[in-house]
Amino acid sequence: MTTSSGVAPAVHVAGLRKTFEVPVRDAGLRAAAKSVVRRETREVAAVDGVSFDVPAGEVVGFLGPNGAGKTTTLKMLSGLLYPTSGEALVLGHVPSKRESAFLRRITMVMGNRNQLQWDLPALDSYELIRAIYRLPRDEFRRTRDELIELLDLGPLVTKPVRQLSLGERMKAETCGALLHRPAVLFLDEPTIGLDVTAQKRIRSFVAEYNARTGATVLLTSHYMADVQALCKRVIVIHHGRILYDGALAALGERFAATKTIEVTLGDGQAGGGRPDLSGYGEVIGYDPDEGRTRLRVPRADAPRVTTRLLQDLPIADLTIEDPPIEDVIEQVFTSEAPSDPSSEEPADARSRAPAG
Amino acid sequence: MIASARSWVDIYLTEMRIAIQQQLQYRVANYFYMIGMIAEPVIYLVVWTTVAEQQGGAVGGLDSGELAAYYIVWTLVRNMNIVFTPFGWENRIREGTFSGELLRPMHPIHYDLGYFAGWKVVVILLWLPLAAVLSLLFHPTATITPLGVVTFAIAIWGAYLIRSLNQSSLGMVTFWTTRVGPVFDIYFTAELLLSGRLVPMSLMPDWVQQIAWLLPFQWTFGFPIEALVGGLSPEQLLGGLAMQALWIAIGAVVLRRMFSIAVRRYSAVGG
Repeated sequence: MTTSSGVAPAVHVAGLRKTFEVPVRDAGLRAAAKSVVRRETREVAAVDGVSFDVPAGEVVGFLGPNGAGKTTTLKMLSGLLYPTSGEALVLGHVPSKRESAFLRRITMVMGNRNQLQWDLPALDSYELIRAIYRLPRDEFRRTRDELIELLDLGPLVTKPVRQLSLGERMKAETCGALLHRPAVLFLDEPTIGLDVTAQKRIRSFVAEYNARTGATVLLTSHYMADVQALCKRVIVIHHGRILYDGALAALGERFAATKTIEVTLGDGQAGGGRPDLSGYGEVIGYDPDEGRTRLRVPRADAPRVTTRLLQDLPIADLTIEDPPIEDVIEQVFTSEAPSDPSSEEPADARSRAPAG
Repeated sequence: MIASARSWVDIYLTEMRIAIQQQLQYRVANYFYMIGMIAEPVIYLVVWTTVAEQQGGAVGGLDSGELAAYYIVWTLVRNMNIVFTPFGWENRIREGTFSGELLRPMHPIHYDLGYFAGWKVVVILLWLPLAAVLSLLFHPTATITPLGVVTFAIAIWGAYLIRSLNQSSLGMVTFWTTRVGPVFDIYFTAELLLSGRLVPMSLMPDWVQQIAWLLPFQWTFGFPIEALVGGLSPEQLLGGLAMQALWIAIGAVVLRRMFSIAVRRYSAVGG
């Protein structure tokens, strides 16, 4: 499996599917008794035939609501879950075989993964990780010290883990997960529950790690700030299927049905009060201090409305923007899938095309 | 080959160091746990000593001094027999902590073995004064030979390995169904009766002893004790070690096979 450039992708996924059998029964004693005799189940497709490639060194964000299939996909790629069908290759390995050579080259950071010993300083747990990953001592010390510095862990690694705050513990866990210098990082909600400062620290660390080591990063997060800071490319999953795979910047163009126009009128034209611009679009905000009005207009109408505003009014300032990315994502989830899921064409080929 | 062996030794020693550091932090709790554990063999000892005295000083060929020796060594073997249980597997699967262990480039059993082996070091240190007190109280008598001591030293670790492998294999059931405590209880009841834990195997009827010989239980409990204080012949000692080796091999094959099938069913819930 190679990309158009002839280089094998770090991650190759084709028609990957994972289903779970879930028991079904109504509430109540009668239903409980019935289920003893006849147990009914239904099949739930957590991941339903996803396909994509990730070249080495790329940082890709997985977006989707809870239960969309993001984490299940990452768990299959890290070898935790056995796929129901389809193909997955990570660094040339089949993850479900869980070969040591594969596990030594990847890591998965989960919000609730706890590989640090609760009662001991993180340094002791790092020593165990060194042994388990069979890292040469010199190389281990260099990496450990570098990560401690990058993550600003300093004296925290000599305190028993139970005395660390959640954010400190998460940083210490992240350090432990990267001591073996993995080539592929699966980050599942790495900033969940952290305060803004700790989130920023983790974000800048991931970016720095990616830049320094050229590692491939697949990231899921509900914080758009994580995705915006780290990922040029995003894969949007909903109901186990890929709705979009392409540039984050192009997501708005693809899915946002509206544009936001911000207008500031010239001095004296606002008449000292709020101007009535409802004839140009839906007024969604007004800042009296700046005299700025925010209008929402259909995407297709944006050029025409802008022209009219410029012709009709003495404009001091005018900007046209896509709506906030959170709103666009919401729009993606509420819209129909952009492509026919029954098509034989790979989802990435279909949805990446507009992104160029 | 040598590098690989060295790596494994490094892994196990590091895990043991971690366990020792951790358990030393809980030394008081560990001590009270061990003191609590002594209640069981002391009850057995008092009952069987009373029976022996009523039968003219011996029961099943064991006098009160030999029974005391048996149950004092029992306390160490019981502690050596504490391993990661099927209930632990049930917990780690249900709570999703197993995910972290699956991501390590080694079978989870190695972590469990190394960690509990380290714990044993603390246990042995804590056991010595307890054994001294019990000896002062119950006056054990036994003929201890150098070969018996060497066999005992090997057999307690063999017992630990067999029990770890068996209980982890049993723990694999939790990949198919949760809440399997009753299944485990059946296993533990059989173990209690057929291992020499409840009574020395020599006090059991012949047919029970014959069944027990074919099962792994007595090689994890009765055999190590008798290796030290049971006056076994060299043939019996070597035969016992051979049976332990056999059960270690069977346990390793069964666990490996079951794990490779079971792990495909892992749903990584909560983790």
